[in-house]
Amino acid sequence: MDLELILMQLFSGLALGAILVMVALGLTIVFGMLGIVNFAHGALFMVGAYAGLWVAAQTGSFWWALIVAPLAVGVLGMLIERFLIRPLYGRTPDDPLLLTFGLGYVLVEAVRITFGTDGIPFSAPDALQGVVDLGVGYFPIYRLFVMGVVAVILLLLWVALEKTRFGLIVRAGARDPLIMKVLGVDVSRLWLLVFGLGVGLTALGGVLAAPMRNVSPEMGTLVLAEAFVVTVIGGMGSLLGAVVAGLLVGVAVSMTALFAPEMATIVMFGLMALILLVRPQGLFGRPAGA
Amino acid sequence: MTKRTDHPLSSVSRRTVLAGLGAAGVGLIASPALVRAQAETIRIGFPTPLTGPFGAEAKDQVKSAELAVKLVNDKGGIAGRKVELLVRDDKLNAGEAATRTLELIEKDKVHAVVGALSSAVQLAVNEVTRARGVIYVSISQSDTINEVKDFSKYTFHEALNPRMTTAAVARATFKKGSKVALLGADYAYGHEMIRGFKRAAGELGAEIVGEILHPFGAADYSTLMPRIRALKPDILAICNFGRDQANSIKQANDFGMKKQMQIVVPVLLHNQRIAVAPDVFEGIIGGANYYWALESTIPSAKTFNDAYKAAYGSLPTDYGAYGFTGVSALLLAMAKAGGTDTDKVVEALQDLKYDVAKGPQYFRKCDHQSVQSVLVLKSKAKADMKSEQDLFDIVENVPGSEQMLRSCGELGFPT
Repeated sequence: MDLELILMQLFSGLALGAILVMVALGLTIVFGMLGIVNFAHGALFMVGAYAGLWVAAQTGSFWWALIVAPLAVGVLGMLIERFLIRPLYGRTPDDPLLLTFGLGYVLVEAVRITFGTDGIPFSAPDALQGVVDLGVGYFPIYRLFVMGVVAVILLLLWVALEKTRFGLIVRAGARDPLIMKVLGVDVSRLWLLVFGLGVGLTALGGVLAAPMRNVSPEMGTLVLAEAFVVTVIGGMGSLLGAVVAGLLVGVAVSMTALFAPEMATIVMFGLMALILLVRPQGLFGRPAGA
Repeated sequence: MTKRTDHPLSSVSRRTVLAGLGAAGVGLIASPALVRAQAETIRIGFPTPLTGPFGAEAKDQVKSAELAVKLVNDKGGIAGRKVELLVRDDKLNAGEAATRTLELIEKDKVHAVVGALSSAVQLAVNEVTRARGVIYVSISQSDTINEVKDFSKYTFHEALNPRMTTAAVARATFKKGSKVALLGADYAYGHEMIRGFKRAAGELGAEIVGEILHPFGAADYSTLMPRIRALKPDILAICNFGRDQANSIKQANDFGMKKQMQIVVPVLLHNQRIAVAPDVFEGIIGGANYYWALESTIPSAKTFNDAYKAAYGSLPTDYGAYGFTGVSALLLAMAKAGGTDTDKVVEALQDLKYDVAKGPQYFRKCDHQSVQSVLVLKSKAKADMKSEQDLFDIVENVPGSEQMLRSCGELGFPT
């Protein structure tokens, strides 16, 4: 096996990893800040793709879809937080889990009723179609573009959470909401925004994925599993963890594809099982109770 | 009916008793009118995966099957009896399909079963109908169901099988010395299609340069592309079904694979082609049981298309057509047998020569496989499409012959 192929495979793995990071971001933010395990994550990813499809059909532009659809679905996320999840704060973690689980089914059925059960075509814009020669092999331009978008999003998130007053409040709110209330911070408004942000990022993932995978009501099912694997490996709620874990899983899947491609899905879950055994809190997660 | 009420009530649950009493009541009311019993509706059970990844194909099957029933009813039914189709969702799950089929037989008292859209589910339905001695017309591709261990004298296979489709596609595209790479889904369908292509490659003198399996239902194929490219094949045969087909071809296209190799598929799916843009499938060659444009050469296809258009305002699809040909064959045999007597209908099916949508067909004696033509289609470029429905060119229409099938001896039948 020549070096060129191995290098190309490594690169494909990183590219796939970037997509996995994007897919997991929304889940990990909502869990890290709000402690809510969002089982509707996959469905919201799919809703994002359909919203993108709709906006693209109305405006004729992929770029509008990329901006408007995540914002619109983010607002939907805020409505979900305000009217469905907020009444459940203070109860056991199972309640929001069950609620989002059911909500996932409702969203999938709603899309089936509105758009039908068949897949719908969604193409990348002409400017991003085609392949480039990387020196070690050809790679689709669109996937490079996705890697770029993910890098930009991560940078923005990092700045927003680590370098701004808003980020400071969010992080403090995640640690101890009661103290924040005492200090006069409107915690419920904060959580509304964080949930909306998480859902908006999930929807952005859906729009970005749409030209690579086909748009169908079931496209979120696998995404939910992938996002959980990445989140668990990285550590629930850790942004850095999600990035490292996403890239790690991508490379692991890609390298497996060289030798036993039918094992690609198993490798992902195997890696997760291994991490859970050795380091239950995940690579960058805080140990329970700390 | 009356026998049931003779039984003592002890050791029988209340529910059974009530059901028994109800049945006895119905029996009493019905018994004076023997004439009415003669005109009892003919019921055909139709399990199919309405929900799940093959939902689009399943809905087309139902529409086509209902059309077959309607056409017969419009002409007065069979021996004066109306025909009714009882559709059940098998959820693409073997256990669910077995339960629904059992219900159809026990509770709804169906006279025959047609349906299923996956080889594993189809085998589960076949188990039930074989054990109950009920006629089953299977309409999904499978090689194993032809083999002697799954044989049921009551089962007839209307669908093509992997052996036939891969042979036809390979004959149209493989040449002596062609380098062929195989990419398939890691379950029965993928395995059977890969086996078919390998066998055809051996016969045609083509070389298999690599065989790659992917998990069923995979969403991303990007990591497989560098390896396929490194194999430097002339032909890439992609052996998967439903959305896996659309996704893998879409991503192969994104990676520019079509510029370096011809992509072929065992079955070029009508609905998956519609689910992506035309340029994604452009130039891809694959097999099919039916394509509406057959109407230019085959009169029965024209009749079928026209009836379908009149009923639904659109054209029938490949997997949909199985619902039509399968139910039509069964109803023709019932008409010949003059009713629903199982043995008589089985006999009629064995002797049946039919042409309902795609040219002449008949069931081979030993394994009850429908001998029929196989189409080889090529997906059109957008510029060449004359309408939304104008998806494929017919490269070849390979006439049906037993030569395409494994011999009866090979399948384990006494010769």
